[in-house]
Formats: sequence, C-alpha cells, structure tokens
Amino acid sequence: MMKRDEMLKAFTRRRKDEIVVAVYTAAQEITHIQPNDLNYTFVGAMGQGSSHALGLALGRPDKKIVVFDGDGSLLMNLGSLVTIANQAPKNYIHCLCENGCYETNGSVLTPRSGQIRFAELAKTAGYRKTYEISDLAEWERELPNILQSEGPIFITLKVEPGEAYPENFPRLYSIEHREKFRQTLAKS
Amino acid sequence: MADYPLTAAAIKSEFKRVGIHFVVALPDRVTSHYLLKGILADPDFHVVQVCKEDEGISICSGLYASGHKSVFMMQYTGFLDSINAIRGVAVEGHFPVCMVVGLLGKEPDVAPTKSKKYGVKIIEPILDVMGIEHHLIERDSDANQIGAVIEKSFATSSPSAILIGREPR
Repeated sequence: MMKRDEMLKAFTRRRKDEIVVAVYTAAQEITHIQPNDLNYTFVGAMGQGSSHALGLALGRPDKKIVVFDGDGSLLMNLGSLVTIANQAPKNYIHCLCENGCYETNGSVLTPRSGQIRFAELAKTAGYRKTYEISDLAEWERELPNILQSEGPIFITLKVEPGEAYPENFPRLYSIEHREKFRQTLAKS
Repeated sequence: MADYPLTAAAIKSEFKRVGIHFVVALPDRVTSHYLLKGILADPDFHVVQVCKEDEGISICSGLYASGHKSVFMMQYTGFLDSINAIRGVAVEGHFPVCMVVGLLGKEPDVAPTKSKKYGVKIIEPILDVMGIEHHLIERDSDANQIGAVIEKSFATSSPSAILIGREPR
C-alpha cells in the first residue's frame, strides 16, 4: 500500500508536459503538490474524470493524458472502460487510486471493497496494457516505461491517505482555472 | 422521400457548416437509421460511441477544453438519465455541450409539451428549469437553425438542446 500523496509526488518528479486529469482527493492533492495550468480538475460530477480525459485525449493526440481516477468514481462509470478501449487513444494513461472507499463522503466502503481486480476489467475491456502496483518503489521503477508506452494503459494503484491537504472545491471547479487550462493547452 | 419534411442530409450539412468533426453518440431510435448511420459512414466525422449518456457530456467537455466543437446525439431517455452530469458539468461548469435529443414517440406536428407520451412532455419544462436553450426541429426549414444554435452555444460557453421531433430520413 502506498501513501497517495507520496505516489503523486513520485509522478510529479517524472512529469514533463502531460495533462493531468484528477478527481476528488487526488485532485485536491495534486493542486497542492504541483500547481500547474495543465491540471484538469473540472469534472463536475462523480465518475466523469475518465470521460473528460477521453475527450482531451481525442482532441489533443499529441499530448499524454494521465488520469488519477478513484475506485468509487470508476464504479459509477464502468462503461467508460469500454468506450475508452474502443477509441484506443495511444496517449491515454488511466491510473486508478484504489482505496476501497468513498473517502470524500465519509470513507464508507465501496461495494466489494478490495475484492475487484479493476486491471482485469480494463484488460477485458481492451486496454493495451495493465499494471497492479501497491509499492512505491515499484511505481517509481515502472513510471518511465508507463509514460513512454502506447496507450490506453491502465494502472491500479493501491493507496491509502497520506498527509492531509486542505480541501478547496471552488478551485477544483473554477471556470477561471478551466479557461486558463484551455489557453495554456492551446499554446502548448 | 421528396415530400418528407425532415431529412438527415439537412441536419448533417448544418453540422458540417459549423465545423463539427466529433460526434458523440448513443443510438437513438429517432435518429439512428438515417442520421447516425450516415454520420458513421461519412469520413468527415469521427464518431465516439458511448455506453451511457453521462459519459458523452464529459467527452464533449474534454473535447471543448482541447479546442474542438462537438455534438452529442442521444434519445430523450438518455437525457433524463444523465441529468446530474448535465447539471454539474454543462450547466454549472459552463461547458458548451450541444445535445441532439430524439423525442421518441412524439406525435408529428404536436408540441412536445402537448404529447401524450409522459417522457416527451416533461423534456422542455426540465430544460427550461435548468436554463438550457432548446429548439424543436421537425422540418428542413427548422434544421437551418442548427448551425446557429451550435455556434451560440460555443460563443456563450453554455449547453443547448436540439430536439428532434420526427425521424429524419
């Protein structure tokens, strides 16, 4: 099991110009750990991160899209695995932060918490490559390969809460930040 | 076909006129046979088929954020099923999601609010309460508005609904 913020910090050390789509707690954390105009947090409704990311991946096939999704979120939008695999964007990296609960909503356990092999679901849906990683050293070791490989790739990351970061929902859904994202992306 | 009031070609040509390349879709019985199949066969369009309608709201939003216009075709039942994504993403998030909604079961030339079909009857009042601009398309002369509706949606960064009141052929 990895601390989620340590997992995110390891990613940010390798990040170049990738777009990051993050949901809920991962979104709160990434905006503190690595403020960046290419952080996309404007998903608006639970479960929708992977679908926003597909739109971005299709719209900008020249940019890598890294999604930090949640298991509760993905359970609300499991069909998106099939939709994404059907489009097969080569620039799509789908990281699932599996904590087994709805952390933002009181940490109530998800149905079949800890017993679902999400990477197997992604593989069956048609993702090109899948990983299951629960160790920070392994994540750090695999990251260069993951970031260079052709997608769609799916990585289950077994995580638990690390350091607490302040919640700022207005920032996550800010229209001003969304417009800044659009402008920055248009120039990059 | 010459006297048929609404053609798929008229709708398709409006999409092309305003630069739509991406069409997100889940088959709708009103528009599937002539319009969606025609779009699927047309290399000017890239169709993203979704498994559930709320995905489509978000895919259109991601496309917009990356600089693209798109439209999203669905049946009114899918519109009803994805209300929360429309609320959170398109309305409160100010994403210009252009929905093309087939009103399955609406009687020809009857206003949707006067339809005997409950699901059809409630669509316009729901759109009104959500503040979403909507336009009913039943004839080729109505279809001429489609491009302007899409352009306004993108100019104002707000969602819109194009209601298809009869099968386009």
